[in-house]
Amino acid sequence: MSEYTSKSEEKFQPVQTNKVGGSPYTGVLGWIDNRLPIIRMFRHEYLDFQVPKSLSYFWSFGGILTICLLLLILTGISLGMHYKPDAKYAFESVEKIMRDVNFGWLIRYAHMNLASFFFIAVYLHIFRGLYYGSYKEPRQLMWIIGIVIFFLMMATAFLGYTLPWGQMSYWGATVITNLFSAIPLFGESIVTWLWGDYSVGDAALNRFYVLHWLIAFLIVGVVVFHVIALHIVGSNNPSGIEPKDTRDTVTFAPYTTSKDLVGMLVFLLIFVAVMMYAPNYLGHPDNYIPANPMVTPAHIVPEWYFLPFYAILRSIPDKLMGVVAMVSSIAVLGLLPWLDFSKVRSSVFRPIWKQCVFLFVLNFFVLMYIGGAPAEGIYLLIGRIATAFWFAFFFILAPLVSLVEKPLPMPQSIHEFEDWKKQGKIKVFQFFGK
Amino acid sequence: MKNYLKFIFVFSFIFILGITNSIQAKESNVSLLKPNWTFNGFFGKFDRAQLQRGYQVYKEVCASCHSMNLLSYRNLSEPGGPEFSEAEVKALAAQYEIQDGPNADGEMFTRKGIPSDRFKSPYPNELASRAANGGAYPPDMSVLVKARPGESDYIYSVLMGYEEKVPANIKLEEGVYYNKYMPGNKIRMAKPLNSGGVEYADGTKASEEQMAKDVVSFLTWAAEPHLEARKKLGFKSVLYLLILTILVYLVKKKIWSRIESKV
Repeated sequence: MSEYTSKSEEKFQPVQTNKVGGSPYTGVLGWIDNRLPIIRMFRHEYLDFQVPKSLSYFWSFGGILTICLLLLILTGISLGMHYKPDAKYAFESVEKIMRDVNFGWLIRYAHMNLASFFFIAVYLHIFRGLYYGSYKEPRQLMWIIGIVIFFLMMATAFLGYTLPWGQMSYWGATVITNLFSAIPLFGESIVTWLWGDYSVGDAALNRFYVLHWLIAFLIVGVVVFHVIALHIVGSNNPSGIEPKDTRDTVTFAPYTTSKDLVGMLVFLLIFVAVMMYAPNYLGHPDNYIPANPMVTPAHIVPEWYFLPFYAILRSIPDKLMGVVAMVSSIAVLGLLPWLDFSKVRSSVFRPIWKQCVFLFVLNFFVLMYIGGAPAEGIYLLIGRIATAFWFAFFFILAPLVSLVEKPLPMPQSIHEFEDWKKQGKIKVFQFFGK
Repeated sequence: MKNYLKFIFVFSFIFILGITNSIQAKESNVSLLKPNWTFNGFFGKFDRAQLQRGYQVYKEVCASCHSMNLLSYRNLSEPGGPEFSEAEVKALAAQYEIQDGPNADGEMFTRKGIPSDRFKSPYPNELASRAANGGAYPPDMSVLVKARPGESDYIYSVLMGYEEKVPANIKLEEGVYYNKYMPGNKIRMAKPLNSGGVEYADGTKASEEQMAKDVVSFLTWAAEPHLEARKKLGFKSVLYLLILTILVYLVKKKIWSRIESKV
């Protein structure tokens, strides 16, 4: 800056509020892209985007979940056009969809089963993250955003399950909303406020319907953050090593897209087979009995995907502590990036941690079984041990293994990892083929 | 690799066990009777004549206590169901006196049923039904099959599960009957089906077993009126997706071969 510049000029920095331009495209595309740079953004993020070469089919679940979410919203909008959120008419309006609306049975069974398959996919997605250390630096925030999505999913799924207003809808809603009464001092008032009444009824159903919609779209918003974060930190991969040069990567299109498409189609195939041939297998028969506040079902059980957490809730004798344990059993996942401080990401090179993750998965299924069993005798005992293990996995095993474990020798790069794989030096967890 | 397969096997086993456990909270240990339903399997279909007979059993036996509020007479002529002709359905509906109104004078009146009417309930409301049945409420049968673990097999088993000889450890109160398949082995419904209880128009012998099969098929259709359409579409879509998946897999292999040969 010249010393002759007057003081008044020094105060003003040049600005350009219009940033039109810079598009690599010409013509109409260029005209649009210059003013709204979504075309070059799409090209940059979805066509030329560099992705690690070594991704296995476990990495298809992100795409699968996106498709599930879109299909859920599409079917949900159609259902919403026929459903009546009224305690008197809800059950019948669902049956009307099943009987009289053209292809209503298909849309409703699709929505119902998609919810289950959304959870199957998200559990596999989370398992992938655990096994390959996808939560570690620099992906902690993306991991935490993922946990937020999981919480929102659980809320939406629960609210959606209440809508048909069958026996399990009604009693599930009663049990779950009653959990808020465990909050000290204000518990009872909060529950009344949530219900909009002194019991679960018409007012509750009406707001559950509104919230079911609202949270579904909140999920879309948070998923956008999840994906933006992914495009900043990049995908992890089975080797856990960051790509260094083009020998380590492929472009998103056509390599990742073609592989993701195979994964999606296999998933869709299983989903369609279940939806068409066993549409009610994942549901509970009691939900075909209209809600009756005077008759309590013999066993009130939540949907299968809540069972592990339901088991944790019931394994604590104190109601408040049970709720705290249930919520923190999921929230604790958010601490994992710091509880597990091993520098190595992938379990392929972590012999002890690998076993711990498998035990964790096994324990998850044990809890699922216990969640569906009556809370008494041996089931309660197993449930308590499994709950203890759940937390021990995070607070004891994760830091301990990080400290004592000696990682296996690692390749220098992803392409070397691929070579090792071919030579059979390392074993990688895969679904089928390559 | 073997190791992992073992894990997957164990996991999926526990997974299925867990789900089944939660859903089929079994109260009795007897395994249900499992007749060969025509509607089971990938290409399952209802037998029209059987559904028509089943409707007759419902109408002449069950309907004296059980309502089917979600069904209309018109459903009986719809594709995938008993497929009575429209004229037959008109005649069937006309057998009932339906309350309608109010008319221009503000009066309620009764008229003959028409196909768009819902099945007429045996009782005006639940309390009337309880009062007439010693306090028990015969459940609405519209989705009854889907509302019980074991579905069609369970309903069939209960119908066939009445036994004269009551085990010594079971004490029956007044108006309660022993049933082998009912949870708790007690049921407030008297044995509904007895050989020759109805007279089939098509000459089929109305044995107890035959009637039970017919009426359960009818109830299965009532609970899932689009079952045939679902299975038909299911087969087509699974086949379509299977072929598409194989083709896309081959495309993927071709695309990846471009870089895999280089390594």
